[in-house]
Amino acid sequence: MSRVDEGWAAVRIIPVGLRALLVEVPEPAYAHALVAELDRRRERGELPGVEDVVPGERTVLVDGLDDPAGLAAQLATWRPTSARLPDGPLVEVPVRYDGADLAEVARRWQVREEDVGRIHSAPEYRVAFCGFAPGFGYLTGLPERYHLPRRAVPRTRVPAGSVALAGGYAGIYPRDSPGGWQLLGRTDLVLFDPGRNPVALLTPGTRVRFRDVDAPEDADRDVSG
Amino acid sequence: MSTGRFVEVVRSGALSTVQDLGRPGHAHLGVPRSGALDLPAHLLANRLVGNPADAATIETTITGVSLRVGQAATVAVTGAWAPVTVDGRPAGWSAPVSVPAGARVDVATAKRGLRSYLAFSGGIAVAPVLGSRSTDLLSGLGPAPLAVGDRLPLGEVAGPPAPVDVAPTGTLTEETTLRVVLGPRADWFTDDAPGILAGPGYRVSTLSNRVGMRLEGPALPRRIGGELRSEGVVLGAVQVPAAGTPVIFLADHPTMGGYPVIGVVHPDDLPLAAQAAPGTPIRFRIVEGVRRGPFLYRKR
Repeated sequence: MSRVDEGWAAVRIIPVGLRALLVEVPEPAYAHALVAELDRRRERGELPGVEDVVPGERTVLVDGLDDPAGLAAQLATWRPTSARLPDGPLVEVPVRYDGADLAEVARRWQVREEDVGRIHSAPEYRVAFCGFAPGFGYLTGLPERYHLPRRAVPRTRVPAGSVALAGGYAGIYPRDSPGGWQLLGRTDLVLFDPGRNPVALLTPGTRVRFRDVDAPEDADRDVSG
Repeated sequence: MSTGRFVEVVRSGALSTVQDLGRPGHAHLGVPRSGALDLPAHLLANRLVGNPADAATIETTITGVSLRVGQAATVAVTGAWAPVTVDGRPAGWSAPVSVPAGARVDVATAKRGLRSYLAFSGGIAVAPVLGSRSTDLLSGLGPAPLAVGDRLPLGEVAGPPAPVDVAPTGTLTEETTLRVVLGPRADWFTDDAPGILAGPGYRVSTLSNRVGMRLEGPALPRRIGGELRSEGVVLGAVQVPAAGTPVIFLADHPTMGGYPVIGVVHPDDLPLAAQAAPGTPIRFRIVEGVRRGPFLYRKR
């Protein structure tokens, strides 16, 4: 795999305050590769003091550095490849596709309502990064023609377990909260539980498959419809 | 009146929360770091009563708190300066105070500063969540803010109180000056934005909380419009939302942000920010950041 071999020259390393670096990458695969490399080095004890490694849409934040310039000098020489990228755990998410925005999503996709679940559950997703709330993962993998904007008016309350879409991402609300994403359905999975190990089901790099609980077992997974 | 190793809330004050060193290390899961906003005050309070640094204290907001101790304990109040009484009698501030079983410890409204810290020998021993007992107001992790009648358990006493009468502390000034290092997104603003940020006219807004210190004052003009792709944000980040007036991210800040961060407050000045009450003038002083790295600063 050479997807993450060409673009390292385009990476920018930006200091953040006195104790952090923000690494800008050309596409999400580089962030995955960089996080995996940082995790490997942390496990080997090479990055003492590092408190947090936080991937974003096109960035990785490394916080808690005693010597940011020193790490920046090292980072500039790294060329982590996606060939060394761990597959990440696979989480299957059972979904009942009965969300409040199902009709609106079907209209925008120009498909029948009953096709929304099949299209949404066809790809394998990957958690690009987390944020918004503990355990909320931003999932990439939905073909671009199905990307939708946020709702013009956010809801004051979106129920926990809501499976939703916005801005090129899929996501699942870990708990009741306000939210502006388009709601496709809901799952009974508990995304975040501080008393459980692991506390979050969706961590950066996790692969995700949605399964339509109302679909027959041998449902066609073809996206082309 | 029952006795035991606990404190009971008699008056909760405007907002009193349990705080310790927070839960850094979970930002990649969307979990805020949380923890005491005025960290040196939290650490001093613990030292005064003989607690380890990571014991939990109570952080008050402006109007103090009243607590009754279930059994004899040592208490110390630090941070915002406020009159302290034990059963109505004046007691020391920033000093270890021995209180008998059943005594009521009162911290009145702060005369200077915003947040006081109460440490009890043994520490507040509520169940930790992800390694911390801190109340996180953004995500709701940790114990709820204190309410009248709550009983908070105290832990085992770790050591003797500090052998001092009163610990010396710095003084808080009328105007708060915060050093700020520009970046990571200073290039999203016009060339005169840093000068505006460093200029007069900023005050702490009443909308401030543990998530962020909101400011009133001049807007910072943008060179690049639109939204930033979501990226990780650090404690002390000076983020500039669409309206243009900066917000300083405090301990309960969201882990990610979609607005550009023009600079980051020097970590040693965050305790000053924690003690700046609404209305306090804020002055930013721009200081040199990290140099000598393979950093690329590309103007767009």
